[in-house]
Amino acid sequence: MQNADREINKEKISVAEMAKQILEQGRADRLMGWKRGEFFYDNSPAVFENLSELDDFVYDLFCGSNLSKFLVKESRKDGKIAVLLKPCDRYSFNQLVKEHRIIKDNVLPVEIDCDGMLDIDKIRALGIKGIKKITVDGDQLQIDTVYGPKTCAREDVLLMKCLTCKDRVGGDRFELVKEIEAMSSVERYEFWRSELSKCIRCNACRNVCPACTCEKCVFDNDKSGIANKANTDSFEESLYHMIRAFHVAGRCTDCGECTRVCPQNIPLHLINRKIIKDLNEFYGEYQAGEDDFSKGPLTRFDLDDVEPDIVMERGGNK
Amino acid sequence: MSAQILTVKMENIGNLFKAIAADQKLYLPLEQAGQVQFLPYDPADDSQKVRLDVLNTVRSAKDLFFPQSENMVAFKKQGKKIDIIENREKVEAFTVFGVRACDARSFDILDRVFLSEPVDVSYAERRARGTVVTLACNEPEETCFCETFGIDAAKPDGDITTWIADGLLWWQANTNKGVKLTDKLLSVDAGLFVDSTGEAKALEEQQEKIREIISQLPLHGLSLEYFHKEELKTIFNSPKWQELSEACIGCGTCTFVCPTCQCYDIRDYDTGNGVQRYRCWDSCMYSDFVMMAHGNPRTSQVERFRQRFMHKLVYYPANNEGIFSCVGCGRCLAKCPSSMNIVKVAKTIGGEANV
Ligand code: SF4
Ligand code: SF4
Ligand code: SF4
Ligand code: SF4
Repeated sequence: MQNADREINKEKISVAEMAKQILEQGRADRLMGWKRGEFFYDNSPAVFENLSELDDFVYDLFCGSNLSKFLVKESRKDGKIAVLLKPCDRYSFNQLVKEHRIIKDNVLPVEIDCDGMLDIDKIRALGIKGIKKITVDGDQLQIDTVYGPKTCAREDVLLMKCLTCKDRVGGDRFELVKEIEAMSSVERYEFWRSELSKCIRCNACRNVCPACTCEKCVFDNDKSGIANKANTDSFEESLYHMIRAFHVAGRCTDCGECTRVCPQNIPLHLINRKIIKDLNEFYGEYQAGEDDFSKGPLTRFDLDDVEPDIVMERGGNK
Repeated sequence: MSAQILTVKMENIGNLFKAIAADQKLYLPLEQAGQVQFLPYDPADDSQKVRLDVLNTVRSAKDLFFPQSENMVAFKKQGKKIDIIENREKVEAFTVFGVRACDARSFDILDRVFLSEPVDVSYAERRARGTVVTLACNEPEETCFCETFGIDAAKPDGDITTWIADGLLWWQANTNKGVKLTDKLLSVDAGLFVDSTGEAKALEEQQEKIREIISQLPLHGLSLEYFHKEELKTIFNSPKWQELSEACIGCGTCTFVCPTCQCYDIRDYDTGNGVQRYRCWDSCMYSDFVMMAHGNPRTSQVERFRQRFMHKLVYYPANNEGIFSCVGCGRCLAKCPSSMNIVKVAKTIGGEANV
């Protein structure tokens, strides 16, 4: 078996040009990409239906959002839709095709290049305010602000997911997970308590997550008995986050969208990475969304699978 | 009201906080795991980091008057009887320091909803017991557009207004409540403040500077003129809602960070042998919002999305002398996962009429 057919940018033309050609040549009826925002950094996901709409098309350093999940809805509409997929987004796309959440015959996946996307929140966290313009100058960013020129290193303000890009040899994505594993249970509890108690339960992490595509989430379903819109105490959010993490286990491609969108900057990806790391250790290396057909570690049974007592062997709660 | 202007050296601001906190809860913009929130200040805990340099907390100051979730009443089964237990939190007097001009104005918008008949008792109690100390914005962000709503970031409302200029915190009481707090502080420590009335040149210069920056911000001059009730139907029926809402993932982040969003849900939590009734913030962006026996009357995201902006820009002003239900804090601009927000909506729907 092999993955669904892809458009690849063989001639190395600009992404905007590619988008134009696809609509011009009628290879798709619509195209999902990014639309220029109010400022230079707030591009929004958008569907383009004709060439004149493409005037607002943009592909630059602020196209971090992953478009795959929009296809759950878009691929159910009439006609064919082309979708632009950065390397990391392709994993989510594959996984959604595998789970039959995207009707793949209605989609033309288009692979585009990416050098790493910037995170405006990280720039702001450096204390840089009133941002007007950013120019890339090698490894440095020249930032023009209402309060005069500023600079910062590009590496310091890349989106979290870009730091360990699947497409490139990057850092160890489990580094922080290992640090948290090495903590005592009290320290670990404290770490997560201070992070998770910031949660405002806005649901951005769930709604953006390509692995969260249930028609009706248990947390929204009155009849589930556990619909919870509010936290009874500041740590109750852990329930929501743990259930969500377990539900996406083995299917989370580590796309980093949850962490990107969290208004409270909670490092949600660390919960999922812990599970990915465990799955790798228990069942062998596995990358969800690597292809759009194979079975995942939790949906397959092998005789030499680990037994539940692995928990004891690993020492459990330190 | 008193036009008296007092000052305290910035390096002694800790004494001011301690004096306020001596007999009541004081909320300050404190750092929590890298983010800044209004949290209770504890003079004994020196690990707390006060961040007066950060403009907007993620959750707005409305949280202190209209908390994300609160108990209303509980019911408990006792044999064949049901006990009704009043367990609303008792609200003690408190002060919040560091509220920005936009958030300060949001209270007026919430007051019009919660303090008109039937009065919301919890909100009214918190408003009555809470003293609001505002802080002028020395460094507005590019996402700020308070000016559109006639808000002056250089002179915020509030019971007391403060400014940071020339190494000093400048303090001016605006209301009876503000005067009361000031008098109390002076009675505890007469040397806490220096009277700088009539010597406020540095303060005036700082105000000038703020107004100058505001006039250079990218959203300066944003007009919402097009949004009035006569256009209600045209705006409601605009074909643009469809494309605008396409990017919206219905998460509700915009409503939860917004200082003027006021919708809540009332829920019963099954405690085993009874019920805990509580209320919590709700979002018109959610599929179960205003759920009725037959379902949600707004069946698609485009309808839900439109509701949020119609409410802020058309319905609320129609019922409130033209006052918009937005204060231009910019939180939804900074926090939407899809970078969709009220400015994009206003410019797209308002079209040419609105540049
Ligand atoms: S996005 Fe962040 S604040 Fe919102 S529900 Fe998820 S963890 Fe909580
Ligand atoms: S919107 Fe205005 S009042 Fe609010 S933070 Fe910005 S400058 Fe200050
Ligand atoms: S407008 Fe943005 S923040 Fe608001 S619900 Fe939609 S996606 Fe979420
Ligand atoms: S709509 Fe946006 S800018 Fe306006 S008050 Fe709410 S969060 Fe702030």
